[in-house]
Amino acid sequence: MSRDKHTARRATDDPLWAKCLLIGLVLAFLALVLILPLVAVFAEALRKGLGAAIEAASNPDALAAVKLTLLTAAIAVPFNAVFGLCAAWAIAKHEFRGKALLITLIDLPFSVSPVVAGLIYVLIFGLQGWFGDWLVDNDIKIIFAVPGIVLATVFVTFPFVARELIPLMQEQGVSEEEAAVSMGASGLYTFWRVTAPNVRWGLLYGVLLCNARAMGEFGAVSVVSGHIRGLTNTMPLHVEILYNEYDFVGAFAVAALLCLLAVVTLVLKTMLEIAQPGVRGHGGH
Amino acid sequence: MTISIRSVEKKFGRYPALNKVDLEIADGELLALLGPSGSGKTTLLRTIAGLEFPDAGQVLFDGEDVTFASAAARRVGFVFQQYALFKHMTVAKNIAFGLDVRKGGDKRSKDEIARRVEDLLKLVELEGLGKRYPSQLSGGQRQRVALSRALAVQPSVLLLDEPFGALDATVRKSLRRELRRVHDATGVTTIFVTHDQEEALELADRVAILNQGRIEQLGTPDQVHDHPETAFVCGFVGEANRFEGHVSGGRFAAGSVTLPAAGAADGPAVAFVRPHDLVLDDAGFEVRVERAHVQGPLTAVSATTLDGRRLDISAARADAARFTGSVKLSARKAHVYAA
Amino acid sequence: MGVTVTVLSLIVLIPLSAVVLKAAEQSPAEFWAVATSERALAAYRLSFGAAFVAAAINGVFGVLTAWVLVRYDFPLKTVVNALVDLPFALPTAVAGIALATLYAPTGWVGQFLTPLGIKAAYNPVGVVIALAFIGLPFVVRTIEPVLRDAAADVEEAAASLGASRIQTIIRIVAPALAPAWLTGFAMAFARGVGEYGSVIFIAGNMPYKSEIAPLLIIIQLEQFEYARAATIAVVMLAVSFTMLLVINAVQAWARRFD
Repeated sequence: MSRDKHTARRATDDPLWAKCLLIGLVLAFLALVLILPLVAVFAEALRKGLGAAIEAASNPDALAAVKLTLLTAAIAVPFNAVFGLCAAWAIAKHEFRGKALLITLIDLPFSVSPVVAGLIYVLIFGLQGWFGDWLVDNDIKIIFAVPGIVLATVFVTFPFVARELIPLMQEQGVSEEEAAVSMGASGLYTFWRVTAPNVRWGLLYGVLLCNARAMGEFGAVSVVSGHIRGLTNTMPLHVEILYNEYDFVGAFAVAALLCLLAVVTLVLKTMLEIAQPGVRGHGGH
Repeated sequence: MTISIRSVEKKFGRYPALNKVDLEIADGELLALLGPSGSGKTTLLRTIAGLEFPDAGQVLFDGEDVTFASAAARRVGFVFQQYALFKHMTVAKNIAFGLDVRKGGDKRSKDEIARRVEDLLKLVELEGLGKRYPSQLSGGQRQRVALSRALAVQPSVLLLDEPFGALDATVRKSLRRELRRVHDATGVTTIFVTHDQEEALELADRVAILNQGRIEQLGTPDQVHDHPETAFVCGFVGEANRFEGHVSGGRFAAGSVTLPAAGAADGPAVAFVRPHDLVLDDAGFEVRVERAHVQGPLTAVSATTLDGRRLDISAARADAARFTGSVKLSARKAHVYAA
Repeated sequence: MGVTVTVLSLIVLIPLSAVVLKAAEQSPAEFWAVATSERALAAYRLSFGAAFVAAAINGVFGVLTAWVLVRYDFPLKTVVNALVDLPFALPTAVAGIALATLYAPTGWVGQFLTPLGIKAAYNPVGVVIALAFIGLPFVVRTIEPVLRDAAADVEEAAASLGASRIQTIIRIVAPALAPAWLTGFAMAFARGVGEYGSVIFIAGNMPYKSEIAPLLIIIQLEQFEYARAATIAVVMLAVSFTMLLVINAVQAWARRFD
């Protein structure tokens, strides 16, 4: 029984050797699985020097890909943000039957393979699809064109904002809204002045994750894009084309840009979590 | 088992939770650690259990130094405030846990463990509930499971942290008597923490009153109630009217209030008067009665002195009618401490 | 409310039904023949098998990572914590080419594996590596909050009853974490089954050997075999729904002791 002050261990503490072993093991695993790929992207991009990398990332095709990616995100993210707010409001502040089912359905795109997500739009808007003939007659292109890419992106990023906001709004309950309404405020006014400010950090958190996925989506977009250079290539698709053409510096240069996006996303996310501990993410994606 | 606490100190950051605490607990004693929140009572209990280690000082069990022995090695039974039941185990499994995890020569046979569990369920009057899960029990039942789980390992000392804190008033009272009964049946040295003086005074053999990491007074319930050694104890234990004033020539005065203070040194002082020590007396100081109402056998009176201090008086029921308008009071007894 | 359901229907539900309707254009016999063709079966085996192995790897390291992040303090913990979400934030195609480059026989990691007779890229092993990358945060982030909210008093109770640290972890901590662990495992598995971008670069994509199910859908599409593509998609959707049900069931089961 005779231990001293320095070897005494509290009941919830692990022995020092176990701590060191576990921390070492975890850091080694994370270095191998997460850090090494990140480093590899930058190393490969800079293989022929910074100049070559910058040139590869700024040729017209690459720039067109960047523009399309930004455009896609600029449509998909606000759309899903607005939908997420509406859906969370409807679910958290009202009682109705089938609520659990509705939440599950909103989450559905997370469990659908991105390839299947692309496929469904081909089946609807493609040449042989439901609206194929009508679209041809009216000279509207959705598949192998920008609208298809936006639609597929909206689908795969659909749940991000809603699933951040639903638990947040449910926690906050309805008492503040009821107080506002009892003082004569209209529904819309209550929403903008009471509900929205309470969830703005959660909204930002959801938008951040939504944006990262929107800019990075590959599988779904790949199916509907048609890979037309300079026209329907997003950045991830451009990476694939260059890689398959053995233009490794080019592929990794564009990939490095996307890595920067990921790093910025993680930094912002961490800052948000530290500043607003309440918005910690709600499960997987 | 006797327990000795010697000059134990413990800081959390810069906040001193225990400040040179000395305490001797006799074998088979039932001791209450009483104090307001933040007084260090729970820290002291956890230090005895080996869940905290002191920064300085010693903890001895039967003379053996266990200051830095792990909780697992001490054989103490600990009942947590929220019970800390293992919710994925049945009641029987919970109670058996301490015997189940034993190894080597200490190991008990399955039959032996089952018998022990049955005995304990009987002791705390939970027969037939062994197969339930904790979520299927009431708060009082969970508390009794926690108690029997702690007793299962035949601990040399039983420690309870606010054992009745999470229960409603009626359940509290019956469980209090139950703990006393279990203690008398097992004879195990028992220490419990509480902020409820009624609980401490009713249940314990001795009460240690803690304030700001120190033991202010240690004594039997009668001693701490009738002969409080410090102003803190006097104010904390039992109801009291508190006055700040001066002592001069064996009398305490605060505005219009004068109280007996035989033996107290002249100078600034604090005085406490129990409500039942205030009696009607034409030679006393004058107060205005605000409200008098009958409470069972007593009359509870709220009054104000001429200079606006509030007072509580407890009188006989028969005297209710006499408390109207202005009355004169004197104190049969006051506790006076130099400020 | 009306808006929510309308948008949900337009974006998610009606499009998803298109897959089922397309697959239903075939006779049941045709559907069955496509869904269970030799090549499709090989693709399911790979997708499900690799996703399972990857989820199992993450089951081990995900628990350890969550434990270390919640229970211990060490330098750069904030950075490590942020890094765990990298697979959520990094485009899958980028992860794919990076992993393919690392584990190729001449790559940074691959060059050490080749002399050991291990081929880690362009075969099923590569698929497992990519899915292990993708799935890690699912396990970590489902276990972490449970571990963080777990009350210390239960562990203290076990210790004061004489349990050793290892007995406490096995008999008290592990059962409490089990539901979250299963949920995380199921989510990582579900994501792995459908994953495409990170896998195709490292898989090698050999029919019958290293061709994943989502890739088979794309190949059918490129050959304008829409009904066949929809058939395989229906099989995968069925698996997705099953996984959703499993996850919900696990969570309901986890609440039974509360």
